[in-house]
Amino acid sequence: MNSTPNGGAAPPYQNGPVGQTYPSTYPPGYYGAGPQQQGYPTISGHCAPALNKFPITNNDHSAYYHHNSHQQPIAAPTPSAYRVTQGSHPPSQPYVTLPTSVAPPNPQQAPPFQQPSPYAPHGAYHGQQQYLPSQALIYPQQLNLVSATPSSQGTPMYPIVSYPSAPGSSQYGTLRSSQAPTGPGAISNLIGAPLHQYPPGNGTSHPASTAAVPSGHSMAPPGQPATVNGQGNAVQAPVLQHYDQSHQAAMAHDHYGVTHNTGGADRDRPPSETPFTSSPGHQQGGDSSSTTTGSASPVPNSYDSLEGGSYPESSIPPSADMTKQAPPFGYGYPSMQPAYQQRPSPRTDSSPSHGRYNQTGYQHLSQPFPNMSQLSAALGGLSGVPELEVEALRPVNLLQERNLLPHRPLDAPEPNLNADLKKANCSPDTFRCTLTNIPQTQALLNKARLPLGLLLHPFRDLAQLPVITSSTIVRCRSCRTYINPFVSFLDQRRWKCSLCYRVNDVPDEFMYNPVTRSYGEPHKRPEVQNSTVEFIASSDYMLRPPQPAVYLFVLDVSHNAVDAGYLDVFCQTLLENLDKMPGDTRTRVGFITFNSTIHFYNLHESLSQPQMLVVSDIDDIFIPTHDSLLVNLKESRALVRVLLTSLPGMFSQTRETHSALGPALQAAYKLMSSTGGRVSVFQTQLPTLGAGLLQSREDPNQRSSTKGVQHLGPATDFYKKLALDCSGQQIGVDLFLLSSQYSDLASLACVSKYSAGSIFYYPSLHHVHNPAQLDKFQKDLERYLTRKIGFEAVMRIRCTKGLSIHTFHGNFFVRSTDLLSLANVNPDSGFAVQMSIEESMADTSLACFQAALLYTSSKGKRRIRVHTLCLPVVSQLSDVYAGADVQAITCLLANMAIDRSISSSLSDARDALVNAVVDSLSAYKNTVSNLQQSGLIAPAALCLFPLYVLALLKQKALRTGTSTKLDERVFAMCEFKSQPLQQIMRTVHPDLYRLDTISDEGALHLNDCIVPQPHLLHLTAEKLTREGAFLMDCGSVFYLWIGKCCNDMFIRDVLGCPNHASIPPNMTQIPELETPLSERLRALLAWLQDSRTFSSTLHVLKDDASAKTSFFQHLVEDRSESAFSYYEFLLHIQQQMTK
Amino acid sequence: MAFTFAAFCYMLALLLTAALIFFAIWHIIAFDELKTDYKNPIDQCNTLNPTVEKVKKIKRVKIALKLVLPEYLIHVFFCVMFLCAAEWLTLGLNMPLLAYHVWRYMSRPVMSGPGLYDPTTIMNADILAFCQKEGWCKLAFYLLSFFYYLYGMIYVLVSS
Repeated sequence: MNSTPNGGAAPPYQNGPVGQTYPSTYPPGYYGAGPQQQGYPTISGHCAPALNKFPITNNDHSAYYHHNSHQQPIAAPTPSAYRVTQGSHPPSQPYVTLPTSVAPPNPQQAPPFQQPSPYAPHGAYHGQQQYLPSQALIYPQQLNLVSATPSSQGTPMYPIVSYPSAPGSSQYGTLRSSQAPTGPGAISNLIGAPLHQYPPGNGTSHPASTAAVPSGHSMAPPGQPATVNGQGNAVQAPVLQHYDQSHQAAMAHDHYGVTHNTGGADRDRPPSETPFTSSPGHQQGGDSSSTTTGSASPVPNSYDSLEGGSYPESSIPPSADMTKQAPPFGYGYPSMQPAYQQRPSPRTDSSPSHGRYNQTGYQHLSQPFPNMSQLSAALGGLSGVPELEVEALRPVNLLQERNLLPHRPLDAPEPNLNADLKKANCSPDTFRCTLTNIPQTQALLNKARLPLGLLLHPFRDLAQLPVITSSTIVRCRSCRTYINPFVSFLDQRRWKCSLCYRVNDVPDEFMYNPVTRSYGEPHKRPEVQNSTVEFIASSDYMLRPPQPAVYLFVLDVSHNAVDAGYLDVFCQTLLENLDKMPGDTRTRVGFITFNSTIHFYNLHESLSQPQMLVVSDIDDIFIPTHDSLLVNLKESRALVRVLLTSLPGMFSQTRETHSALGPALQAAYKLMSSTGGRVSVFQTQLPTLGAGLLQSREDPNQRSSTKGVQHLGPATDFYKKLALDCSGQQIGVDLFLLSSQYSDLASLACVSKYSAGSIFYYPSLHHVHNPAQLDKFQKDLERYLTRKIGFEAVMRIRCTKGLSIHTFHGNFFVRSTDLLSLANVNPDSGFAVQMSIEESMADTSLACFQAALLYTSSKGKRRIRVHTLCLPVVSQLSDVYAGADVQAITCLLANMAIDRSISSSLSDARDALVNAVVDSLSAYKNTVSNLQQSGLIAPAALCLFPLYVLALLKQKALRTGTSTKLDERVFAMCEFKSQPLQQIMRTVHPDLYRLDTISDEGALHLNDCIVPQPHLLHLTAEKLTREGAFLMDCGSVFYLWIGKCCNDMFIRDVLGCPNHASIPPNMTQIPELETPLSERLRALLAWLQDSRTFSSTLHVLKDDASAKTSFFQHLVEDRSESAFSYYEFLLHIQQQMTK
Repeated sequence: MAFTFAAFCYMLALLLTAALIFFAIWHIIAFDELKTDYKNPIDQCNTLNPTVEKVKKIKRVKIALKLVLPEYLIHVFFCVMFLCAAEWLTLGLNMPLLAYHVWRYMSRPVMSGPGLYDPTTIMNADILAFCQKEGWCKLAFYLLSFFYYLYGMIYVLVSS
């Protein structure tokens, strides 16, 4: 990278950190230095710090965020809101149009437009989540501004070019993908905006530069093409694979290079003199600055990169009708900086004064503003989309309508909010409510007979996330809500909390917008523009210094375990991933093995061999030595490797059949209690010795009983108490149960349930008899070891006054009415929350929910991830039905049913599920639908409800009459409680596609490969044909079902076998053939795989008897031994309704 | 006017009921604290349950007033006293509560030690509301029975 020409990088570079602390201190000198940047203040100043910070974030968090951008594929088929809104983006318009109307008369008035110039690209980028592309865009511009010579473009563009050329370009492919759709818009804006935006300082050189800007992109000079192409590709390439973390480190270096370059650019920039005149005081501005509603475009990973300017600059007027009278206020503010430049003591004059040229903007601002009630009415989304609602309420006669399934997997319904709020709202993958229209009162909710609750996936791997470093985190003084896009700014100095309606002061620091480096636009801060943000917390948020990442592995080495052969796989996988485990230099690891005794391993770096210490007194367990059982991974890496290589051999001859799990866990607790961390327990049988020993409670004859199922609850509270102790010491326990016989998971699971761990179950895992299971175990383990982790976490869920939390579902310990204590938090666990309405919310039109997750990252940083969801409040029952989110309802009901089956009985829970359908449909029939049709009428929004509930009733967790092992049932229950919504829905109602007739119609084009998008089929054998080949996606497993008379060509092209008969019985992968069909199919599988974090296994099933059990049990619409078919179920419901 | 065994029972019941009223108030306060986020449910349940604490490391030093079992035992105790004194009406009035106590203890969550409250489920809104309601109902019941015992005592003293 050409750092030489830009050798002067240093000063601006250093400005980066300064910029970071900037908010708290406004040294006049800083502003004094401003003129240099002034000409292009927003662009220039920001790029440097952004890049500067980039590597850090990349190493730290983005690595994980990017690591699995699994939500991308989801986004793909459903062009995001951004994409849609891009074309006619309100905010971008003012930038472009206003200048034209105002600028010409007076050169003095030009400057305001000079300010916005950087915004134009940003505004255009609105939907683009990545700093990367915007940097790419900005650089050329900057340079051109500097020297307007195309030749100079070469150097700074280097970094840009370097991205795609890096091995992990796919990563950036991802990034771009989100941004891609807007690409053309961005370019056009670039072209358009600068034309009106000449900074005075630049005079004539400017036209040239502006011309060059677009050219840099649209024409793609030699340096650029890669980038441009990358973006171009990305347009069709929303999916990205996985990237390797190691390579990200490499990327980091590239970024450093970038920084230097920019620095040079900064430095070379000619200072611009911006004329300054004082303007109306800030009060006036205050009046006008109203509610902000942000754009949802997520932004770069750190505050500083936010400063880099990829941040979308749009202040969106609260409602459509206000757009005209009130142009974006922020528009005027940026020019405040000039004022500071000339004023030595900006602090003393807290009212930002605006440049004279800004008056034009101001005149707009000072127009009478709607009062609060009008505002909130406007905010309430009353201007929503009635068509949608009408569609959602369209009555559907379930008995007649046969094809209810949409062609593509169902999306979350969009809340009926106005476009701006909708855009700012939290992603439905992260935060979802069962009713997207919140009923005003509990009475109304009761009338609707639908459950009200939230489904959360708070620690999801995100492809991009704005990370904010700020010395004060702005929160409501009374309810402690974090500032969010749904608060309203009464004026520049005060904001009104969206949850408790308290009016708070805006701290001085918050007045400064790091994105634009301008003062006085609090409503444009990233916190107020994004509903998902992450704060780097200060020491106020720590009870103790952030803990290091500590991992303890507790391994069963009894005869049973050795026989299953998991130890080899475990050691091998851990060896391979030792360096990929999240952590920093403080990371510590330890190992405990147990059979009838407990073995500790001294791994002190000074030893040449791991030293094994055996404690046989399992009744009163103690830790043999305190200093070196948990060792620093970095220092003792060699020893850890030695241990892992020798461990499988050490116990290969063991005859010990007992298992002292309880004492081993106690030992783990003692070992970890001083630090906290993660304990991973691998257990292969029923614990038979010491504390916590369990008896077999399963009666195999009762497995298929239709009566009730006993022993769903724990047999002892030993594991629960241990889990609570662990939770108190910030220890999370993850359980891997690898047993083939009954192991009383109902009791064992408690140890993970209450310590916020995860539970994995691999029934009949055996290295010889069941290699497929072992393979799955290995893949899951890999993901488990390398996934992001947060330590000593708590999550608080706040909601608008009037709403309250009723019950939580998931793995955690409920510490208080709205606070969950999570010893560990992992990106794969979801939570559900039942809500109730305590007070009427008639006086408000919006309800907000905020989930704040405070955790210690694996790098020892305290961070707070905040998600805010905003939903309209309605008073009409029909609106409540129109906003029902059937998937979320199903998941919440599943959670409630599982609680019920443990606390009461399984049959009770099943009845409750059926009643939920009966009640809601009859309530709808009696109150909303005025059609006196016969048949079973449901609103379109709920038309899949009976189907999903029927599917629930046929799940392993809740079914009766079909033989189900108790452990498998309990595991299925645990999954329901702790999985995120998408995963649950795939398990409950798998997606079925027909593959042999696959076509390219509607296919996605991603990175050179074509991903076909076959239509969803109903889960009934009726849809299967002997001639067809079908793919069923059950979440954790894919089934490829090949019909008896399936086209030989398909079999040959895809499976590489000559005909149906020659397909091997246990095929678990598709060979990589060069045929187009095979490529399509593998692309589809890879694409589906990308939408989940754990890899799914593929089973190729031939149409014969062996396939029946595994495949046909998922065909939930068909009649099974003891359960209704879908039609029978509908009739049953109808019958219940008439009772 | 004679000091019979029945009169003694009433006097004892009077005193013990005063203690029970105190317990009930304590119970209400405890759950209110839980609801208002003042206390950790683990600590609170440890306070309420007479568990034998060996493993637990509760930081906060607290006068561990183990409420549940003493309350039940006191109530059973004076019920037995009334039985011995052949005060059938009084015994009859106390039977529902006695039965409730037995049922409540039988249907407690799985626990190794004695006790009623499970810290993992106590924060469930339904259970919390139930426990609070239980506290208020008991308070009312004990207050009424306090005056009834007072009346009963005087009546026995006067009539005999």
